Amino acid sequence: MKAMFKPKVPQKEIKYEELRIYTDEELRNPTDEEMKNFKIKHDIPLLEQLESGPWPSYVADLKVEAWRRRRLADDRMMIPRDVVEDLLGQVELSFVHGETHWKHGGIVGVIGYGGGVIGRYSDLPDKFPGIAHFHTIRVNQPASKFYKTDFLRAICDLWEFRGSGILNLHGSTGDLVFLGTTTEQLEPIFQEMAHHLSQDLGGSGSNLRTPECCVGRARCEYACYDTQDVCYELTMHYQDELHRPAFPYKFKFKFSGCPNDCVASIARADLSVIGIWRDKIRIDQDAVRAYIKGDLIPNAGAHRGRDWGKFDIQKEVIDLCPTKCMRLEGEELYIDDENCVRCMHCINVMPRALRPGTDTGACILVGGKAPILEGAQLSMVLVPFMKLEPPYDNLKELIDKIWEIWMEEGKNRERLGELIQRMGLWRFLDAIGLPPAPQMVWHPRTNPYIFWKEEDVPGGFKRDINDYRSRHAR
Amino acid sequence: MGLSTTRFGVFNPEKPHENRITDIGPRHFWEFFPPIIQRNYGKWLYHEILEPGVLVHVSETGEKVYTVRVGGMRTMSVAFVREICDIADKYCDGYVRFTTRNNIEFMVDSEEKLEALKKDLASRKFYSGSYKFPIGGTGCSVTNIVHTQGYVHCHTPATDASSVVKALMDELFEYFQSMTLPAKVRIALACCLNMCGAVHCSDIAMVGIHRKPPVIDTEYVAKLCEIPTVIASCPLGAISPATTPDGKKTVKIREDRCMFCGNCYTMCPALPIADKEGDGIAIVAGGKVSNRISPPKFSKVVVAYLPNNFPRFPEVCQTVKKILETYAKHARKYERLGDWVERIGWERFFELCELPFTYHLLDDYRLALDTYRTSTQFRFTEAAWEVSKAARGI
Ligand code: HEM
Ligand code: HEM
Ligand code: HEM
Ligand code: HEM
Ligand code: SF4
Ligand code: SF4
Ligand code: SF4
Ligand code: SF4
Repeated sequence: MKAMFKPKVPQKEIKYEELRIYTDEELRNPTDEEMKNFKIKHDIPLLEQLESGPWPSYVADLKVEAWRRRRLADDRMMIPRDVVEDLLGQVELSFVHGETHWKHGGIVGVIGYGGGVIGRYSDLPDKFPGIAHFHTIRVNQPASKFYKTDFLRAICDLWEFRGSGILNLHGSTGDLVFLGTTTEQLEPIFQEMAHHLSQDLGGSGSNLRTPECCVGRARCEYACYDTQDVCYELTMHYQDELHRPAFPYKFKFKFSGCPNDCVASIARADLSVIGIWRDKIRIDQDAVRAYIKGDLIPNAGAHRGRDWGKFDIQKEVIDLCPTKCMRLEGEELYIDDENCVRCMHCINVMPRALRPGTDTGACILVGGKAPILEGAQLSMVLVPFMKLEPPYDNLKELIDKIWEIWMEEGKNRERLGELIQRMGLWRFLDAIGLPPAPQMVWHPRTNPYIFWKEEDVPGGFKRDINDYRSRHAR
Repeated sequence: MGLSTTRFGVFNPEKPHENRITDIGPRHFWEFFPPIIQRNYGKWLYHEILEPGVLVHVSETGEKVYTVRVGGMRTMSVAFVREICDIADKYCDGYVRFTTRNNIEFMVDSEEKLEALKKDLASRKFYSGSYKFPIGGTGCSVTNIVHTQGYVHCHTPATDASSVVKALMDELFEYFQSMTLPAKVRIALACCLNMCGAVHCSDIAMVGIHRKPPVIDTEYVAKLCEIPTVIASCPLGAISPATTPDGKKTVKIREDRCMFCGNCYTMCPALPIADKEGDGIAIVAGGKVSNRISPPKFSKVVVAYLPNNFPRFPEVCQTVKKILETYAKHARKYERLGDWVERIGWERFFELCELPFTYHLLDDYRLALDTYRTSTQFRFTEAAWEVSKAARGI
């Protein structure tokens, strides 16, 4: 075990048996027979059409939870018994009306934090009193989403006791999301989690959103840096930015260990950290021959379901290399690594023969975002390569500089990518003190409308018209 | 000390500032790694997909970890999570993992445990017959659809989320449990243009859209909202200040400028935009995130509108399935949907998928010009002849 992988704050050991709220009898789930005879208080014929079909049915699952809440004693739940039934009733009505029945959010939260809670109220509280308040709580997930069941079970008891018992594993940003509780229970949930489970909330609003990472070195041979550790370290280092909004708008970090980008960081993070190497792809020529002979299954078995014919290394690997930088001499594979752009294709096809290099780090890209408002942007290359070793001070310094300029220049609700577009990339580079490089663009500009700086031009911009006229008549 | 069973637990509403613990972040990841993952951290040599939904990772220490991936409902109850825990306790020493795409992963360290685990997972069903833990979602499959909240929790949706996803995954179930496609296909859904599930780089995605301008709750605009903020919220400058006959401050909207983005409603609850007839789903396609072979790219709008036909959205399901199966039939091995379309041309894509090309698909927003074809290189399809005829060219 690496000594560096240690929590930065003390964490309680979690033993479900010590923490539990409910007895085994209370945890009993209904039999199929009981569920077939169970009716919730609203008619939901449309939703019930979603109980069948092979894919797991959230409607069936929610009805099980509704059954459970009918059975629990009054003092064994702190929010209305009917919360799940009323939720189903309201969603059914939304289908009928073709319109949502949630009100525009209200401002609720916990003391001292500006994020982590999203206020939600039904616009039909008389009809659906159980969901009159139905606030969401974002809970900061552990990096790459491995769990021990002791922790999950404790979370379940806490959430069934103090909330609806409905959750998202996980929300789009990566948080574990609690869906639906009352204003009164927000503080108790927050502090119960902090005191008993050493667990904090995630981000929402104009702040740092909960960072997220891929499975990385825990179970992936392609990872070029410790994605979980960087994710955890930065989450801890920037707790203030995560909980107390002071930014023009949201800011997301996402960490992928290689250019396969399993957390889609390039599409949805303001700062995308994507693992790469700068030396050579490691080649095991014996394994290359084994792939050629057909002894090893190509593409790690991902194409198993269809007969695509015999593996053809020329057609399937060498010809598909985007830079055509590979060649076969006999059965020996050569890669011109200076021209490899690390697209991962050959490695993905022959993982037992090819591995990323050993001088690894990450490419830092910035500015990715969804379409609101100026249109979608993918993250763009800012730092082609950065070594990432704890405590990652180089990355933190870069982030601090980026935030400084964004907080100074950014308009309300302007994402970093939009700011860079408005400022122009070179002004942004200037502001954070980085030189330009062709790696940052697909090609240089096509128009010559260059904003020259005065200091670039001998003599500056100030000229004397009389001096000009001394050479040219009017 | 156990979790509290009093109304306020450790929180004291009388003295809310006392005894608070804040800024402690998430639980540390290491303690949640199963021992075999801890022992082999950073030592993995290679992996292989043994069958749909089953992966083996082999370490340089010689150890192997088998992973069974099952499709998850993103929205689930604690009863369901406890069942996940029961399975993890029984087979996986109490560890489990969730993927970015809301799948659930159970890991074991031997083939015997793997077989028992698979059998158990496949046997668990809801009372209504749906699988609880369908195994699949690896390799060249359609894996789980990432999606947003919809009517279950959000105030701005133009469609629902969970119901569309359930209906579509039922329809595409065979592709979840097999690996017959030319490459992986990532499907996503966002229920409004905010795109919390930013779907703009998916092979195929569904996006909830509005088609009617906001309706102005005239009496309440000034009460509920800051008018300058509302005006500034419109990316197209369609909103301007106005005064009611009796002198109240309000706003007016130039309907011919509105692109139905809903941003004004986000800023001001007095401008509701949702509408049963107006709302529906657009289909986008051809995007990707990974850098494999070709760079990441955006998805493009291929169907401007399909109705919200609750609860099973047949038009949406059929359209997505048609696109998926046309791709599966025509694309070459390793070609992602977008790479395939770039090879054959968008004109051919519309022809093969039998999708009409309508004016809605011509960009007129920022940078629209970049999408216009400034070359004589194109393929002829029926749509081209229609233009030629209209121009009396043929
Ligand atoms: C004007 C812009 C936006 C507004 C007003 C907005 C509003 C919201 C609201 C109200 C929610 C809560 C949904 C709920 O009730 O649970 C939410 C959730 C979320 N938003 Fe946004 N959003 C905006 C843009 C975005 C964008 C551009 C992204 C991503 C790129 C995003 C990512 C998320 C995510 C990840 C969630 C969590 C919900 C989930 O897991 O599905 N949002 N947003
Ligand atoms: C043969 C090629 C590839 C291999 C061996 C591979 C390996 C993996 C592995 C081991 C995982 C599991 C990670 C996890 O547990 O979260 C994974 C997940 C994922 N990979 Fe890759 N990757 C490959 C190519 C790609 C490519 C090209 C993409 C790009 C788009 C991609 C997208 C994903 C996604 C979206 C997931 C998450 C799946 C889920 O959560 O259900 N992978 N990949
Ligand atoms: C200040 C800006 C520019 C000036 C002063 C300028 C000036 C000129 C001049 C004098 C010509 C030759 C016209 C002739 O044949 O008599 C020309 C041709 C041309 N310019 Fe520009 N131009 C400018 C910007 C651009 C830009 C931004 C583009 C493209 C992005 C462009 C593209 C062309 C092309 C394609 C030609 C025709 C070249 C050819 O005949 O082979 N120009 N320009
Ligand atoms: C590779 C692993 C993938 C994972 C884990 C994944 C999962 C997700 C999740 C959870 C989101 C929510 C985004 C958010 O938090 O704001 C998301 C978004 C997205 N997904 Fe996927 N998806 C993956 C692959 C893909 C692929 C292969 C595509 C396209 C081909 C794609 C397109 C997108 C895009 C563009 C977003 C924007 C993200 C967003 O904000 O949601 N995703 N993806
Ligand atoms: S992004 Fe790369 S390193 Fe991370 S899980 Fe995906 S394939 Fe592995
Ligand atoms: S990683 Fe991509 S660019 Fe590099 S050699 Fe392999 S196929 Fe070519
Ligand atoms: S995509 Fe839109 S409607 Fe859906 S959850 Fe996000 S903000 Fe709400
Ligand atoms: S919906 Fe969008 S375009 Fe239309 S008025 Fe509102 S902000 Fe402007």
